[in-house]
Amino acid sequence: MTPGVRSVVRGLGLPILASLFAIVIGAIVVAAIGFNPITVYGSLLSGAFGNLFSIGATLSGAVPLILIGLGIAIAFKAGVFNIGAEGQYWVGAIASVWVSYHFTGLPGWLHIILALVAGMLAGAVWGGVIPGLAKAYVGAHEVITTMMMSYIGILLAQYMIEEPNAPMRQPGYIPESPMIPNNVQLPFLPMKAFVQSQLSIGIFIALIAAVVVWLLLQKTTFGFQIRTVGYNQRAAKYAGVHVAWYTILALGMSGLFAGLAGGVQMLGVAHQLNDSFASQYGYTAIVVALLARNNPFGCIIAGIFFAALSTGGQTMQQFSGVPASLTDVLTGLVVFFVAAEQLIPEIRAWFRRNKDRRRIAGVQEGGKTA
Amino acid sequence: MSILTNPQLWAGTLSLATPLALPAIGGTFSERTGVVNIAMEGIMLIGAFFAVSFSYWTGSPWLGLLAAMAAGALIAWIFAWAAIRLASNQVVLGMAVNIFGAGITAFLLNTIFGYNGTPPSTASLPTITIPAIKSIPVLGWFFYQQNVLVYLMLVLVMASHWLLFHTRLGLRMRAVGENPLAADTLGLNVWRLRYTGVIIGGVLSAIGGAYLSIGILNSFDVNMTDGRGYIALAAMIFGKWTPFGSLGAALLFGFASSLSTALQGNAIPTDLIAMLPYALTVLALAGVIGKSVAPAADGIPYKLDR
Repeated sequence: MTPGVRSVVRGLGLPILASLFAIVIGAIVVAAIGFNPITVYGSLLSGAFGNLFSIGATLSGAVPLILIGLGIAIAFKAGVFNIGAEGQYWVGAIASVWVSYHFTGLPGWLHIILALVAGMLAGAVWGGVIPGLAKAYVGAHEVITTMMMSYIGILLAQYMIEEPNAPMRQPGYIPESPMIPNNVQLPFLPMKAFVQSQLSIGIFIALIAAVVVWLLLQKTTFGFQIRTVGYNQRAAKYAGVHVAWYTILALGMSGLFAGLAGGVQMLGVAHQLNDSFASQYGYTAIVVALLARNNPFGCIIAGIFFAALSTGGQTMQQFSGVPASLTDVLTGLVVFFVAAEQLIPEIRAWFRRNKDRRRIAGVQEGGKTA
Repeated sequence: MSILTNPQLWAGTLSLATPLALPAIGGTFSERTGVVNIAMEGIMLIGAFFAVSFSYWTGSPWLGLLAAMAAGALIAWIFAWAAIRLASNQVVLGMAVNIFGAGITAFLLNTIFGYNGTPPSTASLPTITIPAIKSIPVLGWFFYQQNVLVYLMLVLVMASHWLLFHTRLGLRMRAVGENPLAADTLGLNVWRLRYTGVIIGGVLSAIGGAYLSIGILNSFDVNMTDGRGYIALAAMIFGKWTPFGSLGAALLFGFASSLSTALQGNAIPTDLIAMLPYALTVLALAGVIGKSVAPAADGIPYKLDR
């Protein structure tokens, strides 16, 4: 194998092994409470990919995960942890919805672009400018600042529609914003099953975004600088890279993609802000980036994987009676095994030591009889 | 200003600070020995769940509390093993524990107790009003009808301070968190001290979880910690990795949350008031408290030469 192929294999090997470990432990848990693991996983799988409708639902659920995951991967590449993507997502959603139902009379495509750009900018400000500046200039840890800003962002989204006179609330008893006009919505893919499962062209936005992020990180000076900062801050500084500036930029890009995800979800699926602010996408996307080991194309696969767990989990609960929260247990285990990457070399070393010990014991015994 | 003389505001402050201070001190123990711990949220959930389950099964909330502590210690031990023995990325591990904790407690809740929640007959820990304190003006407001765990928390704050800063074990734990190589050279067992820190942290976080489930309530809800483990993380940093600092930060958060409850129904929208604790943290981190410096070896696995 050439070194390139070997590194790809190694890159894929760990996430796959981690997922396998998690699935096996999950099977043991399921069997322990008296269910047949094969039926349970079967219903999970068919719920996620069994027909066109479920494939559509899985892909639709993957769109925000892929987009946010890409952003978090950029931050990780620069050595910063954006844990507050959930709030950036909601702030992006607010901005996109607001732009969508204002400014009547624009051509649809232009209006869509404006709405999405508004979401991206809002996310970038929320995730990048505020925590980035705080990190770069006063050393405030980004794990805390992005998280606190995230809570504030979610509360801001609630504030926008919850009370009777809220700024974006449409008159009436239900806490929701006005609908996004038809010509500003992202069209669904033209098949009945995909329309029913709300799979919009947002999936192509996510795929294009992955290519863009890959080009950006691998083929531009900007990406090189970001990776340098993430790899060794001190070396980057001596090489003349403005570390503070690139930290802000990386967090900003990270927020930008979370904001884009919020916009795409509003324009493509929800079509308005309504009173359910527990998307969890921002948290699951962290796991997406981790499992993908910050590879943009890996984010696509990991995004689909976790969306499949989520859609399949619902079906699994209906048909096999095992609570859907099993999928969260599996997710936790996958992340654990991804983190514990030394586990397999450790186990291998342990076996080797044991084998050596046996061989030594064997030789000694052989010596005695001879 | 009448709001500030409302006894409930101050009782609420202390009550809301308790489930933040306990995991914050837990995190302090872990990070002082050099293991970054963001797993408080997940450990709290597991503690909360086991507290309710065992309180229901045995009929004794005290056994529930013990079960919570044991479960917290067990999860912390696995976390410590992966962080110390396998030298894993500690932040990623913490995420794993949090996701796993949320998942396994929801899963066990549904498989053991069904979809209607924990039984309403579950016993909870007693509430105490000490007559002597009750009559003291301001202090009496704070301590009016507090759960026994609130008092335990205050005792634990003092005990933790004493352990970390006035005992040989505490000195050794801190040494390992600052410079493990030097500590190792002097013959200290770096790994064992780190295990100790992480496991004490797990026990304290689990007590924090138990306070939520069998202290102020007698039931478990999916995700009932509601991000408190993360706020505790902020309180720990805010408090500069000390027990009293953590308590101070937790009281500040408790006050901000209690204030937002007390202000409800006023002209200011609830959602905006609810931002107060978070906004305060960002402001505080952006310079008000001065730079908060983590233990030098925080988050860096120490490899033994073997």
